[in-house]
Parts: sequence; C-alpha cells; structure tokens
Amino acid sequence: MKGKDRPGEEEVLQWLSEVSDPEIPALNVVEMGIVRNVKWNGDVVEVTITPTYSGCPAMRTIEEDIGEVLREKFLDKYTVITSLSPAWTTDWMTDDAREKLVKEGIAPPQKGSADKGLLMGKLRDVKCPRCGSFDTMMVSQFGSTACKSLYKCNQCLEPFDYFKCI
Amino acid sequence: MAKDQKKLEYVLRIADNALILGQRLSEWCGHGPVLEEDIALSNISLDYFGQASHLLKYAAEIEEAGNDEDHLAFHRDDTEFRNLLMVELPNGDYAFTIARQFFFSVWYQLFLEGLLKSQDEFLRGFAEKSLKEVKYHVQHASDWVIRMGDGTEESRRRIIQAFADLADFIPECFTTDELDLYAIQHGWGPDASHLKESWQKNVAAVCTEAGLEMPAEGWGQRGGKIGKHTEYLGFILAEMQYLQRAHPGAKW
Repeated sequence: MKGKDRPGEEEVLQWLSEVSDPEIPALNVVEMGIVRNVKWNGDVVEVTITPTYSGCPAMRTIEEDIGEVLREKFLDKYTVITSLSPAWTTDWMTDDAREKLVKEGIAPPQKGSADKGLLMGKLRDVKCPRCGSFDTMMVSQFGSTACKSLYKCNQCLEPFDYFKCI
Repeated sequence: MAKDQKKLEYVLRIADNALILGQRLSEWCGHGPVLEEDIALSNISLDYFGQASHLLKYAAEIEEAGNDEDHLAFHRDDTEFRNLLMVELPNGDYAFTIARQFFFSVWYQLFLEGLLKSQDEFLRGFAEKSLKEVKYHVQHASDWVIRMGDGTEESRRRIIQAFADLADFIPECFTTDELDLYAIQHGWGPDASHLKESWQKNVAAVCTEAGLEMPAEGWGQRGGKIGKHTEYLGFILAEMQYLQRAHPGAKW
C-alpha cells in the first residue's frame, strides 16, 4: 500500500482499539497501554506492543488478534514487534480504562507508578469496586492473573480483584 | 560456536536461573499449602518463564544458529545449562521453597539493579521490566520468612532447618569466574562479588524481624554456572523437555 491510499498511523491505532485484552475483555489493548506505537516503514506497518508482565500469556493472542484486524483492513504487510523498554506501567492505562475496570468489579490501579508503600510493607487504601468502602484488606498479592492482587471488602464482605501497580 | 560465545554464555546464566526456578515452582501448582499460595507461586513461576523466554530469544539471536527460544529451553542437555545450583534443588517442604525464594530473589533484585546500568541495550530493558516483578517476589518471600520465623514452634523449626540446608548454596551467587570478569569489563552486568554486602544487609533486616539467625557461611557448593550440576537437574529436564524431545517442534 502506497502514498495517499494508505491509512494514517492514527487511523490504524483506531482500528486496533477493536482488539480486546483476552484476560479483561472489557478493555482494549490501546487503552491498556499495550500498543505502544504504530509506524509505517516503507510499505510495511509496524505495530510495537509491550507486555504488562514478562510472562503475560495473553501476548501471543494479542499479536494474532492485531494481525487479524489488520488483514481485515487489507493491510497484509505488517510486523508486530515486542519491546520490553520502556517497561509497561499501570500509569499508561487511560482514565476510561480505569472506569471500565470498576464496572467489571476490578479495583483500578492507583496512579503514581509502583506501589512503593506496598513494597515497603504498607498497604494502600483500595476502594471496594462494589460498595465503595475503603475498609478493605489484601488477601494475597497474587491473584487470578499476573497483574492482579486478591482483596476482600470488610464492609460488603465480597472478594474482589485489585489491578496492582507496577 | 557462536560468534560471541561469551555473550551467549553470559545471557544463558541469567536465563537459566529463571527457567529452572520457574519450572521448580510450577511443581507447587495444585499442591500449595493454601489456595492463595498455590496461586502466588504459580504467578511467580509465570514471571520467571516470561523472563526466561525473553532472554532465551535474545540468546538465540546471539547464537545465530537458526534456533529459537523454545529450542534453547527444550533441546539442551544438563551440561549445557548455566543456572546456579540453588535453583535446581528439589522444593522440599514449604519452608525450604520460601527460604530459597527469599535468598534467591533478594540476590536477583540486586543483580537486576546492577544490570540497569548494562552497556547492552537489551539487558538494560530486560532488567527494567523484570525488576518490577522481582520486587513483588522479594516482598512475598520476606513476609513468609517472618511469618514462619515468628510463627509456631513447628514453622520456626522448619525455616531454621531450611536456612541450614541452603547455606552451602548461597556463596555461588557471589562468585565471579573468568567469564564474569570479562562481562564486568565489558560493562554487561554488575560484579556479583560486590552484591554480597547489600545482600547480607537486606537479608539481615528480615531475619531480625523474623527472630532468625543469618544463614551460616557455607563452604560453597558450586559448578552450575559452568554446567556442572547436581543430580537433580536431569530429572527436571526429563519432565520439562519430554514433550518437545518426543515430538520436536510440536505446537498447539
């Protein structure tokens, strides 16, 4: 694809927001901050993605789903590049994405990169996505997926996932 | 022989720690003492596998032999692995697994912090990414060391025993051989012998809270970094590599 026929990088990015995160289907890979860049290199479109966690098992599916969307738009010449640096941070998630998380019953990560307080052994105030109470406790730092911790609300007594900051 | 055999060996040393310890921890999946710990160790294992996969992919590029990361994971023999002996030891009881996680991840965090200054762009990016994960591992292991040391008579007895059993495998983390010195000179990574002081300080802080003595200065079982392993590695590989050896290149 050449010249004025080919879509702009912004437009391609827009298409990619159709690709959902396989582990949190309510969110797409653009608002998650997984898609880092779209660039034309000659007649090849290069999509750069970065894993949330090194071992995120969704990466391969995401790569395939991106390819599928591009092929549907008749962009057959593409490459998906995985880049580790700069390392993904929860700060890249958009405000929209955070709101969607709450609707899914997942407490969104707090802003301000790594949970320094948590790493120093202090717990942060995490708001229950169900009843809004701050009277919550961490059950385990590791939850249903690599990116989440398991919490419990002491008010409504429901367990919930907290998207942990990295 | 790869064009840059030294770089290849150096990267394998980092990758194999993650791969073998990840495989060991995965053995707890379905066997953890409580569900949350089962999930925690499986998650940590997954982090290690991810790290190993990125590093082995890089190693395969350096090797220039047309292999990929899967080939390096599943088609090398025991003498070709470069991990520290500590990570291949059987899981033992939960205290042993936790003690090893604690000693190893405190060391690994310091090593990765040093790797942030690597002259090698890939290793720098790898360190930046992995550190975020390893900090959580350190926190998890530290919490449990404190809980066991300051827990019941039984938990205390077990964690003390685990410290004693691991003592001989700690010094290898701080050894530097000819290859390491070459790597340090070329700015690939930190001098492991310089990490000892910080390691002792970080371990001591947790031990104090747990009411535990520091692990004894063991005489230092070594050899993993040059491919001389304990009898346990072969059994790990037998299980880990079985499918790819029986059906090379199998995909699903």
